[in-house]
Amino acid sequence: MSFLLPDAGLLFWMLVVFGIVFFILAKFGFPAIVGMVDERKRLIDESVRNAQEANERLKAVNAESEELLKAAREEQAKILREAAAMRNDLLNEARKKAEADGEKIIAEARHIIQQEKEDALRDVRRQVATLSVEIAEKILRRELSDKESQNAVIENLIDNSLKEKQQG
Amino acid sequence: MLIAAAFYQPQDDAYAHSHSHNNSETAEIDVKKLIFEHVKDSYEWHITTWGSKHISIYLPVILYSERTGWVAFSSSVFHNFDEYEGFHIAESGNNEGKIVEYDAEGKEVRPAIDISITKTVLAVFINALLLVVIVLAVARYYRRRGSSLEAPRGFVGAFELLVEMVVYDIAKPNIGRRYLFFAPYLLTAFFFIFLSNLIGLVPFFPGGSNVTGNIAVTMALAICTFLAVNIFGNKEYWKEILWPDVPVWLKAPIPLMPIIEIFGMFVKPFALMIRLFANILAGHTVVLAFVSIIFVTMVVSSVIGGAMTFVSVLFTIFINVLEILVAFIQAFVFTMLSSVFIGLAQPEHHSEKH
Repeated sequence: MSFLLPDAGLLFWMLVVFGIVFFILAKFGFPAIVGMVDERKRLIDESVRNAQEANERLKAVNAESEELLKAAREEQAKILREAAAMRNDLLNEARKKAEADGEKIIAEARHIIQQEKEDALRDVRRQVATLSVEIAEKILRRELSDKESQNAVIENLIDNSLKEKQQG
Repeated sequence: MLIAAAFYQPQDDAYAHSHSHNNSETAEIDVKKLIFEHVKDSYEWHITTWGSKHISIYLPVILYSERTGWVAFSSSVFHNFDEYEGFHIAESGNNEGKIVEYDAEGKEVRPAIDISITKTVLAVFINALLLVVIVLAVARYYRRRGSSLEAPRGFVGAFELLVEMVVYDIAKPNIGRRYLFFAPYLLTAFFFIFLSNLIGLVPFFPGGSNVTGNIAVTMALAICTFLAVNIFGNKEYWKEILWPDVPVWLKAPIPLMPIIEIFGMFVKPFALMIRLFANILAGHTVVLAFVSIIFVTMVVSSVIGGAMTFVSVLFTIFINVLEILVAFIQAFVFTMLSSVFIGLAQPEHHSEKH
């Protein structure tokens, strides 16, 4: 069982070598490695935290923009509605005005026509009267040679004129 | 390494104390001896036997004895002479395989100091050098690149995975506030053990060494943990050992609890030492035993031997894969328990907690 007994020489060398190795690695080896690993761990933690924050901020911004968009859409709808109402009003007003104008023009036209007609009638009457008087003069000059025919003519004339009056 | 190279020499076999190749008909394979020779320390590094030629690296022997004072020579002398300046390699007894001399009464005794560069010492040198090169290369990579969000790929990425595991999964939860202070020690221990375990699984030179399966090596590591625990233990820790919170009669006239606590101080690193040593030694032994099955059965019958070769190779592959897992687990467990013990020696005052 000699391998259960530690050999002093080997123990000595092992302690020396391990001591030197430990000294070298503890001074030049592991602190650099552990430092970098630690540094990266910190960096990664920080980045993850930052990313999370950014994410949350992005979410907030998204919500905000959504809100804005919604408001804008509502505004747009409102404006469209108002525009439609205004257009309808304008149209109605224009139509009403046009109708009123039309009626006025028609009324005026009617009035003028009436006047023209009356003027024309008056003219015709005046001419008829003048003609009648001339005709009467001629007839009278020719017929009023004897008394009987004078009377007959007068009666006839009166009858006719009476008839005329009744008809006119 | 340079010393080792200087001592390297292939040699014709006229070789007394291992591997009997004399007679093929009666070639008995002493499996126990074969395995022990592989897992035990020796003064030379036997790489392979090519035909009848042993190719070994002969390592320097450094001794101090009251009889001769300091002496240093190559272990190759033991192949040419049975004895050199009164030193020879013991063939049996407690010091089997070690260099001994005769004392005044004619008894075999070890020289006062034997700091020879043995096979395991050389393996420790190689592993340590490799570890330093790897870690400094990785550190250089980080220094050059600076901090960046991008994780490194390839070898550095794998290395970083282990570093992160040791620092954040082992040291931080067990030690607490001062984990960064102890991180370099835990990392050095972890990577030394892990690397040594893996190199031990490589079947050819410079692998195949049984470093972490040698009790002196694990003892040195356990001593380091013991020092880390007790040098940096705080007041609370020493109070709990010398004057624990128990009824006074347990500690007043006879310091019962303090004795138990002090005993515990030594038991903890002892457990570390034995666990690592036994696990790795067992792994090496099992692999060698499975390989030996081929040769043992081949002697009985070549048919059985041929069939067993297949089975044995399968089992050896299985055990080797298992050993890779064990290599990691034992390094992990050693580091984990070290940090637990260090953490126990840093109790925070109860009012400070939370």
